[in-house]
Amino acid sequence: MSETLTLRQWLLTDEPTSRRHARLASLYKGWLTLRGNTMAMFGLGILVALVLMALFAPLIAPHDPYVQNLGNRLQPLGSPGHPFGTDSLGRDILSRLIYGSRITLYIVTLVALIAPVAGLLVGTVAGYVGGWVDVILMRVTDIFLAFPRLVLALAFVAALGAGIENAVLAISLTAWPPYARMARAETLTIRASDYISAVRLQGASPVRIITRHIWPLCISSLIVRVTLDMAGIILAAAGLGFLGLGAQPPSPEWGAMISEGRRFILDHWWVATMPGLAIFTVSLAFNLLGDGLRDVLDPKEGSQ
Amino acid sequence: MSMIEIEGLNVWFGHGPDRVDAVRGASFSVARGESFGLVGESGSGKSTILRAITGLAPDWSGRVDIDGQALAGGKRDRAFFRKVQMVFQDPYASLHPRHSVDQVLSETLHLHGIPDIDARVRSLLDDVGLGGRFRFRYPHQLSGGQRQRVAIARALAGEPEILLLDEPTSALDVSVQAEILNLLTDLRAEHGLTYLMVSHDLPVIGHMCDRLAVMKSGEIVEVMDVGALRAMRAEHEYTRDLLAASVAPGPHSA
Amino acid sequence: MNLLDVENLWVKFPTRQGVVEAVRGISFSLGRERLGIVGESGSGKSMTGRAILRLIRPPGMIEADRIALEGQNLLDLSEKDMRTVRGERISMVMQDPKFSLNPVMRVGDQIMEAYLLHNKVGKAEARKRSLEMLDAVSIRDPERVMRAYPHEVSGGMGQRIMIAMMLIPNPQILIADEPTSALDVSVQRQVLNIMDDLVKQRGMGLIFISHDLNLVSEFCDRVLIMYAGRIVEVCDADKLHQATHPYTRGLLNSLPRLDQPRAKLEVLSRDPAWSEAPSVGGRA
Ligand SMILES: Nc1ncnc2c1ncn2[C@@H]1O[C@H](COP(=O)(O)OP(=O)(O)OP(=O)(O)O)[C@@H](O)[C@H]1O
Ligand SMILES: Nc1ncnc2c1ncn2[C@@H]1O[C@H](COP(=O)(O)OP(=O)(O)OP(=O)(O)O)[C@@H](O)[C@H]1O
Ligand SMILES: [Mg+2]
Ligand SMILES: [Mg+2]
Repeated sequence: MSETLTLRQWLLTDEPTSRRHARLASLYKGWLTLRGNTMAMFGLGILVALVLMALFAPLIAPHDPYVQNLGNRLQPLGSPGHPFGTDSLGRDILSRLIYGSRITLYIVTLVALIAPVAGLLVGTVAGYVGGWVDVILMRVTDIFLAFPRLVLALAFVAALGAGIENAVLAISLTAWPPYARMARAETLTIRASDYISAVRLQGASPVRIITRHIWPLCISSLIVRVTLDMAGIILAAAGLGFLGLGAQPPSPEWGAMISEGRRFILDHWWVATMPGLAIFTVSLAFNLLGDGLRDVLDPKEGSQ
Repeated sequence: MSMIEIEGLNVWFGHGPDRVDAVRGASFSVARGESFGLVGESGSGKSTILRAITGLAPDWSGRVDIDGQALAGGKRDRAFFRKVQMVFQDPYASLHPRHSVDQVLSETLHLHGIPDIDARVRSLLDDVGLGGRFRFRYPHQLSGGQRQRVAIARALAGEPEILLLDEPTSALDVSVQAEILNLLTDLRAEHGLTYLMVSHDLPVIGHMCDRLAVMKSGEIVEVMDVGALRAMRAEHEYTRDLLAASVAPGPHSA
Repeated sequence: MNLLDVENLWVKFPTRQGVVEAVRGISFSLGRERLGIVGESGSGKSMTGRAILRLIRPPGMIEADRIALEGQNLLDLSEKDMRTVRGERISMVMQDPKFSLNPVMRVGDQIMEAYLLHNKVGKAEARKRSLEMLDAVSIRDPERVMRAYPHEVSGGMGQRIMIAMMLIPNPQILIADEPTSALDVSVQRQVLNIMDDLVKQRGMGLIFISHDLNLVSEFCDRVLIMYAGRIVEVCDADKLHQATHPYTRGLLNSLPRLDQPRAKLEVLSRDPAWSEAPSVGGRA
């Protein structure tokens, strides 16, 4: 008992004794801030559940998501053995949702890794370097922005071939321009500030200034923006799936499930609604978590 | 030999109708180990001269020699940054909001290639009168005076020979100002530093500097020594106004 | 009646290490006068100013028996009514002017926006008035400054822009938090004259927060000296140099003086008893 108490005190100290101590203390304080935010914890809980669900899908799922049973098709909610009902081919919707979380996580993780990083890179370089580099990079960004997103993604998938990986790539390629614009706008105000001048006077290279000094300031708004975009990303993947260019049937991708269920929306609403609810819940969770993370990432929040 | 030699310096920002000629034809020189003051109207280009020297205001013409070496444009090499450092006017704007004091100082030491960073950070903090307590704080946890001391520690980290000080104490209260001015005096005595110091506070300049230049709308109107300042012997009308205003009939001068 | 009456004001910040008390039970009043607040860094000057406007960010808390503006207790007002008070009756010039300006908006647009918010006039008129105001705070070349972004103006110009903006609504009370710390003496005098006119002619009340003792003693009518969240001494401004509290004396002695050169400035040595002593009332 007293052992844990001293650990807590050690972590909460006002005067860390070493760099490692300081880092641990700030991580712990960040965690406390996040924990104090009920909504963010709620979001985090959902996402943790999603990850566990994806990891242990074979153990949790009551049925095989691919086994068809045409005699048992379009069962309503709460029918015996199928709490979420079955779809038009008689497959258990709950099991498909559970297995589908793997695909959803996969898509979300990849896009969230590629698009914001690309946007951040282009935006901060354009904003910091300025001049013709800025002009060229921003023109390229404008060109990407000018095309409707799905059309562009279609073109990419058509060129690269259908499949989840290519769909992810296509979505990422169409998702980065807004991040680039945002990062550039922030970089322009940061670039003029005295603390950037000060580190230039220490002889820091532009690469160092961009990665160590500008990125940390852009990242929090970027994270919030990305979490807000998650719903759109999942839906875009679904859209590609629907057009036969993303996840291929019979894969239980949530978006593909919606578009499949769309045909029966009037008589058998749950077939489309259940995956829709799943997408909604996950996007909400991302939003809530993103909001909480912003408070943690900004050490000024709530303390000044 | 003079440490800083400036002749016919013009600095401008922008171009076309928005061009601002912030400094016009400024000339002065600062000897090694001297402390030189720049005073003058707000917006008269004092900060701009410092920024031109450090390459932060790249559009300039004229001659600037540092320790006998001529500078050009906005590019400066590492050797220059080892020799010349600057403390900015606004302590609220000159520290990165997401970097702790430790990060600021150790990064600076790393950039200057100084070994044994851990011990150096501690001794730098001691030098500026901030104990280890402050080492892992973020700027928003520091008062204005404490921030300015961190900024001074950062400028001292590379052991420069020349310190450019842009109103180092104007945002600080008098008790902290006294501490920082004493600190700067000690550092100069210990390390033989050369100071170029901007301030609008004539008593502060009088306390710190050997000579000073008075600026008005981008031009240097007068270079005088501190004896003349104390004796209120000014040549130019603007300087006389400035002197008169700073010792205006107030209860304290009675 | 006094314009402003503050009774037993506390500002507290709960933190994980305990409660930080930034202001500890101070009382003072403000008439149509120039009231100076001086004190060292961290003594709670800015927090006092912000607390009057209820501008302390959570988790910070304001507690007071009364903060009365012409008899009306500001603590009872709704947040919405408080916004009107902030906009029209009490203005505040914040300590770090450049942070209060929007970095990506031209200075002129910001001034005009503030002007249009309070006056029903056309754009051209607002522009003309904005130029006049910049001129009044002795900014040379106001046309160019209108087009500039905040990072393109010098430190002192930023301060003057903020002052010009705060005077737009013609407030009853102006709280100026170190408004002239980046100004040279001659411009400082012009800015002070503007404020002086407002006090003398329009009967405005001015709270002038500063660390410049000489300036306060010349410019203000009354001075509160704060230490560690309390008022340790109140005196008439012209008697500031005869102040008796050792803290005030220490502050006065740490000033460099043109006529008395010395090698080392005196540094304040603090006595823990100062922060224990009860607050002095600051009522006129
Ligand atoms: N980046 C910039 N772009 C355009 N104009 C600028 C820029 N920086 C400074 N200026 C202009 O140059 C002039 C001189 O500015 P500077 O900052 O050198 O003044 P200063 O003497 O330091 O004044 P203060 O005492 O108020 O700080 C001002 O008119 C200012 O508007
Ligand atoms: N969010 C916060 N949490 C904890 N303490 C705070 C917070 N904000 C301010 N304080 C404390 O309140 C005290 C008073 O601060 P305030 O800004 O009023 O000082 P000041 O007198 O204006 O000083 P300066 O002259 O440096 O501006 C300081 O000691 C500061 O550390
Ligand atoms: Mg300046
Ligand atoms: Mg303050």
